[in-house]
Amino acid sequence: MSRSTMDAADIHRRLRERLGNLVSAELKVASWSLCDVKPQSVAEVCRFLRDEPELAFDCLSNLSAVDRKGEDTIEVYYHLFSYKHRHRIALRAATPRPDPVLPTVSHIWPIANWLEREAFDLLGVRFAGHPDLRRLLMPEDWVGHPLRKDFVEPEEYHGISTRRESLLKL
Amino acid sequence: MNAIDIDVERETPAGLETEEMTLNMGPQHPSTHGVLRFVVKADGEVMRRAIPDIGYLHRSIEKIAEKVGYHGFMPYTDRVDYVSAMQCNQGWAMACEALAGIQVPRRGEYCRVIAAELGRIASHLLSVGATGMDIGAMTPFTHALRERERINDLLEELCGARLTFNYMRIGGCAWDLPPGFARRVLTFLDRFEPLIDEYNELISFNKIYVERLANVAVIPPEMAIAYNLVGPNLRGSGIKYDVRKDDPYSVYPEFEFDVPVGTGERGTLGDSYDRYMVRIREMKESCRIVRQAIEGIPEGPVIAKVPRTFKPPPGEAYVRVEGSRGDMGWFVVSDGTAFPYRVHIRTGSFAAMAIIEELSKGLMIADLVAVIASLDIVAPEVDR
Repeated sequence: MSRSTMDAADIHRRLRERLGNLVSAELKVASWSLCDVKPQSVAEVCRFLRDEPELAFDCLSNLSAVDRKGEDTIEVYYHLFSYKHRHRIALRAATPRPDPVLPTVSHIWPIANWLEREAFDLLGVRFAGHPDLRRLLMPEDWVGHPLRKDFVEPEEYHGISTRRESLLKL
Repeated sequence: MNAIDIDVERETPAGLETEEMTLNMGPQHPSTHGVLRFVVKADGEVMRRAIPDIGYLHRSIEKIAEKVGYHGFMPYTDRVDYVSAMQCNQGWAMACEALAGIQVPRRGEYCRVIAAELGRIASHLLSVGATGMDIGAMTPFTHALRERERINDLLEELCGARLTFNYMRIGGCAWDLPPGFARRVLTFLDRFEPLIDEYNELISFNKIYVERLANVAVIPPEMAIAYNLVGPNLRGSGIKYDVRKDDPYSVYPEFEFDVPVGTGERGTLGDSYDRYMVRIREMKESCRIVRQAIEGIPEGPVIAKVPRTFKPPPGEAYVRVEGSRGDMGWFVVSDGTAFPYRVHIRTGSFAAMAIIEELSKGLMIADLVAVIASLDIVAPEVDR
């Protein structure tokens, strides 16, 4: 395995050269430098990042969704890592909160199958083209997406109350 | 009547039943290491696939983080991977420190390393012992647990708890090493290191044991990476990657240690035996690290000054620690208040669980428990 001489700025420059404005002009430099991606182009950008030999992002290290209620969007973060070159970059795609849809990347990295199911389950992001978009952690008949900021906990689940007197008041 | 004389057509008029059989395993099962369930599609004794069904231990730890604040979340991190809680503590502390730009005092980092590596030995001991038990060797488990108890004693001395430690804090550690602790750790290591060879004599090189694990559930390196396997599972497939070495954090660059990888020594590269042996060898490396840390620990405070009301500036951080189940990712978003806006924990067992459906194709049903054991899955870590 070779160690890459590319840093996040080089990776970002390469992305801009080849994919133009699908990728934001700014790069937020951090330990995982972050750039924004046009939501409908996520799969295209990811495929390029994996297949370009000098980039070779063979691993999706993490996929996290964040409910940005204030901006009325849901952001999905993709933390990518290359075992081949040992370099990394993070992508961010924002999708409208009322109808959050992003293209799936589960055909690019198989681990995305479960990570996307988790994001769907907890935040309601739909991933177009996902082969099996079911709930992963919550029960199948659960209503709503618990990590949405406006989620209201149901009073009961199958006759089991979710309310409990404070132990201090008893 | 001789067995050969049986006329199958006559005995079963419609011919033999050959359709796929669906079996349920779990959610309560002695060998699943927690509450998890598989739906096994089987053709006789061979699995077409085992479909994992998770979520039975989902306690919404990430949602709790949004309610209890940065400091208050520390004890909850113990419950993410309760077998190896020190690294969870460390992951959360490091994520918060990355958000706020806090520098941990050097003695604090050394204390963290000592605690985390003792935790890793304890965790691998449980894994090694349980692997034996899952495939029918009962005695090694008691041998492994006997030593694990000694580590629990040491960690109890350090922080008052044997399992859910709550030892680390944002900015360092809660307590300094107690008096005489270093000596007792060294006494333990002197006793424990030769015992690793005894374990090897007892089980690792036992013919029956080897045959149950070698060539079973082979994960080629490309597959391991594509499924984001981490830690000993990844290294079992021959990929030399350890966050402590390759994306160093804390004071790990100051220590000498090796990163053991699988070589297919008894079968095929990336089989269950390789994953098992990586854990055995990592225990030795952890002993080396603890010795160096005990020897080189500097004087000074163990915790930085961190305000009681901890309000990191808005932004996000993603940090990784090498937990006992490998690269553990902590993603935190701050909105500038005293409560994290979003926390996401990406764990090693999550990926290990996700790979099982693909990995189980064509395996014997009896090997499923060996696969779960060799991947060292801890159910609460999958579900969080």
